[in-house]
Amino acid sequence: MMESLVYIALFTPLVSALFAGLFGMSQRQVFVGIVSSMLLFVSFIASALLAYHVATTGNSVSVTLMDWIVVANLSIPFGFVVDHVSVTMMVVVTLVSTVVHIYSIGYMDHDKSFNRFFSYLSAFVFSMMVLVMSDNFAGLFIGWEGVGVCSWLLIGFWYHKADAPREKNPSISPSWAANEAFIMNRIADLGMLIGLFILFWHTGSLQYDVVFAQIPELPSIVLTLAAIALFIGAMGKSAQFPLHTWLTDAMEGPTPVSALIHAATMVTAGVFLVIRAYPLFELTPEVSYFIAALGTFVAFFAASMALVNRDLKRIIAFSTLSQLGYMFAAAGLGAYWIALFHLAAHAFFKALLFLGGGNVMHAMHDELDIFKMGGLKKYMKWTHVYMFLASLSLAGIPIFAGFFSKDAIIETAFNEGTLVLWSILVLTAGMTAFYSFRQIFLTFWGDERHNIEHPHEMYKFALVAMSPLALLAVIAGWFKNDFNSFVINLLPNYEMSEHTHHLVWYLGAIVLAFALAGIILAWVKYGKGLKRNEKVENRFVYKLLANQYYIPQIYEALISKPYAELSKFLWKKVDMRIVDAIVDGIANFIYTTGDEMRKMQTGNLSHYLNWMAGGAVFLLIFAGLLSMLG
Amino acid sequence: MIGLNHYLIISGLLFAIGLVGVIRRRNLLMLFFATEIMLNAANIAFAAASYYYNDLAGQMFAFFIIAIAASEVAVGLGLLILIYKKHGTLDLDDLATMKG
Repeated sequence: MMESLVYIALFTPLVSALFAGLFGMSQRQVFVGIVSSMLLFVSFIASALLAYHVATTGNSVSVTLMDWIVVANLSIPFGFVVDHVSVTMMVVVTLVSTVVHIYSIGYMDHDKSFNRFFSYLSAFVFSMMVLVMSDNFAGLFIGWEGVGVCSWLLIGFWYHKADAPREKNPSISPSWAANEAFIMNRIADLGMLIGLFILFWHTGSLQYDVVFAQIPELPSIVLTLAAIALFIGAMGKSAQFPLHTWLTDAMEGPTPVSALIHAATMVTAGVFLVIRAYPLFELTPEVSYFIAALGTFVAFFAASMALVNRDLKRIIAFSTLSQLGYMFAAAGLGAYWIALFHLAAHAFFKALLFLGGGNVMHAMHDELDIFKMGGLKKYMKWTHVYMFLASLSLAGIPIFAGFFSKDAIIETAFNEGTLVLWSILVLTAGMTAFYSFRQIFLTFWGDERHNIEHPHEMYKFALVAMSPLALLAVIAGWFKNDFNSFVINLLPNYEMSEHTHHLVWYLGAIVLAFALAGIILAWVKYGKGLKRNEKVENRFVYKLLANQYYIPQIYEALISKPYAELSKFLWKKVDMRIVDAIVDGIANFIYTTGDEMRKMQTGNLSHYLNWMAGGAVFLLIFAGLLSMLG
Repeated sequence: MIGLNHYLIISGLLFAIGLVGVIRRRNLLMLFFATEIMLNAANIAFAAASYYYNDLAGQMFAFFIIAIAASEVAVGLGLLILIYKKHGTLDLDDLATMKG
C-alpha cells in the first residue's frame, strides 16, 4: 500500500511530462495543462498521505525499484526512501508545483509553446522527486543533474529572444542565462562528484545508511575533504558566492519557473544535501562553520544588492539568494531542522511572491522595472494582498511564517555565540524588510508611473490557485513545534540554551525592531511615490550595488574572456595548424600521389608492358636482396 | 665441355632479348614474336635442367609450354587480324584509346 503510494508520488510527474511531451510540437491545448496539473495534484495527495503515514507510525518507507549498477563490489540500486526529511521535501515540492502548474495554465495562456512548457515543468518535478527521495548518493546525483537539465530547458524556454548588451539587460538573453546556469552548475557538480568518489572510496557504498554508519571511523582529513567537496556541489545548486550570478540571470525564464525552480525547490537542493548528509557535516565542525559564515555572508551580500535593484524579478531572486544564505547559516551551525523549516516556509512565501510578480508582469505587459510601475493596488487587489502577505512573511513580521523560521535561525546564531554572524543576520533582516517593502510600495502604492490604460488582474482561477500558498505563508510558522517533533525523529534536535531562552524576547524584539525599521524606511522613501535622487544614484556605493558589485563584469573579464581567447588560440593555432594540418596532410599526400599515379594509365599497351617489366625487375631485385640479407 | 650454365646463359640471353622486344617494339605482331622468344628461353632452361637432373618433368613442362604457346598464337593471331581489320594498323601508339 505505502509502496504503491511512493511510486504514485514519484512517477505521476513523469507520466505528466511524457503526456505533455506527446503534444509538445502541436498547438496550445488547454487540456494538456489541466491533465498535467491533475497528475501533479495526485502526486501531492500521495505525498501528503505518505507524510501522514510517516507522522503517525514514525516509520520510514523504503522501496527498491530495481538493481541499477551491480559491478564487482559496487552495488547501487534504484532505491527510494520516504522518511521525515524527504517526505517534508516531497510535500513542499509537490504542493508548490501543483500550484505553479495550475497558475501556468493562466500565465502561459498566450504562449505558443504552452504544451512544451508543461512537459518541462513536470519533468522538473520528477527529477526533484528523484533527488529528494533517493536513498543513495547516486540517485541523488541523477536527480541533481535532472533538475539541472530541466532548469536549463526552462530558463532558455524563450530561446528565440536575441542577445542584448549587458548594459541594457544584465542577463543578456534566455539562452545565455540558461547556459550560464548550466555551466556554473557543472563546475559545482564536479566538486559534488569528487565528494561522492571520496565517500565511495572509503566506505565502499553510496547508500546513505551504510555511508553514515561508517564515517565516524574514517580519518578526519577524509571527512573534511568529502564535506568540502559535497558543499561545493551544494554551493552551485544553491547559488552561493562565488557561484551565485546564475540565479538572478535565471530570471530570464518564465515567471512560474522562477517561482518553482529558482525560489521554492531546486535552489534549496543544496540545503537539502547538507541536511541529508548531516552526519558528515556534524563530524567536520570547521567545514560547518565555514558553511555558516558563507551563508551569513551571502545573506547580507545578496540583500545589499536587492536594496537598489529596479527589476521586479531580480529583487525577489536576490532575496531568494539571501534566504538561502540564512538556511546555510542554520545548517552550518548545526540547527538542521531549523534550516529545513525555513526551507519549507520560504518555499511557500517566495513562490507566492514570484507568482504575484508574474501577475504584475502580465498586467504591465512584461515590463519589469519597478520605477515604471506604481499605484497598481487599485487594479490588482488580490495580487497586492498576496504579495503583501508574502513580503510580511519574508520580512519576518510576527504570526507570519517567515518570522518563526528566520527568527529561529538568528536565535541559533546567538545561541552558538557567533555574535558576528548574529549581528550580520539581524542587520540583513532589516535590509530584507526594506527591499521587500520598497518593492511593494513602488509596485502597488504611490503614483502611477506606467502608461497602461487599465492594468488587468490575473485570471480568477490562477488567483484561487495561489491561495494555498498565501494561507501557508501566513500560518506555516504556527506548526513550528509540531514540525520540530516530527523531523527530530531523524535529524538531531537543536535546542536553545537556558541563557538564550531567557533572552529570547529581547532577541526577537531586536530583530523585529530592525524589520519594522526597514519597513518604515521603505514607507518614508517610497510609500508616497518615487522621488528619484540623482545624487544618491550616482554615488559609488549605489552604483556598486546596482551593478552587483561588478561581479558579472569581473567574471567576464577574468574568466570568460581569457577562456574565449584561449579557446580561440587553441582553435586557430593548435587545432587548425597542428591537428587539422596533420589530417589534411595525410589526405593531401594520398590525393596527390593518386593524381600522379593516374598518369601511368596512358592507354598504350606498350607503356603498361614497360611498367610490368620494371615491376618484375624490381621484385626480382627485391627478392634477391632479401635472400642475400636474410 | 658444355654444361648447364651455358644453357642457362643462352636461356637468359634469349629471355633478355625477348624482354627488350616486349618493351621496345610497338608493333603487336612483333610483340608476339618477342613473347615467343621468351617462352622458348624458358623451354631451353627447362630442358637443360631436366637433362642435368635426370628428371623428365622439366621436358614435359617444356612440351606443355609449346602446346600452350601454339594455342595462344592461334587465338592471338585471330585477334590481331580482327584488330587490323578494324583499325587498319597494328601499331600500339595508334591503338591507345583507353587513356586514363
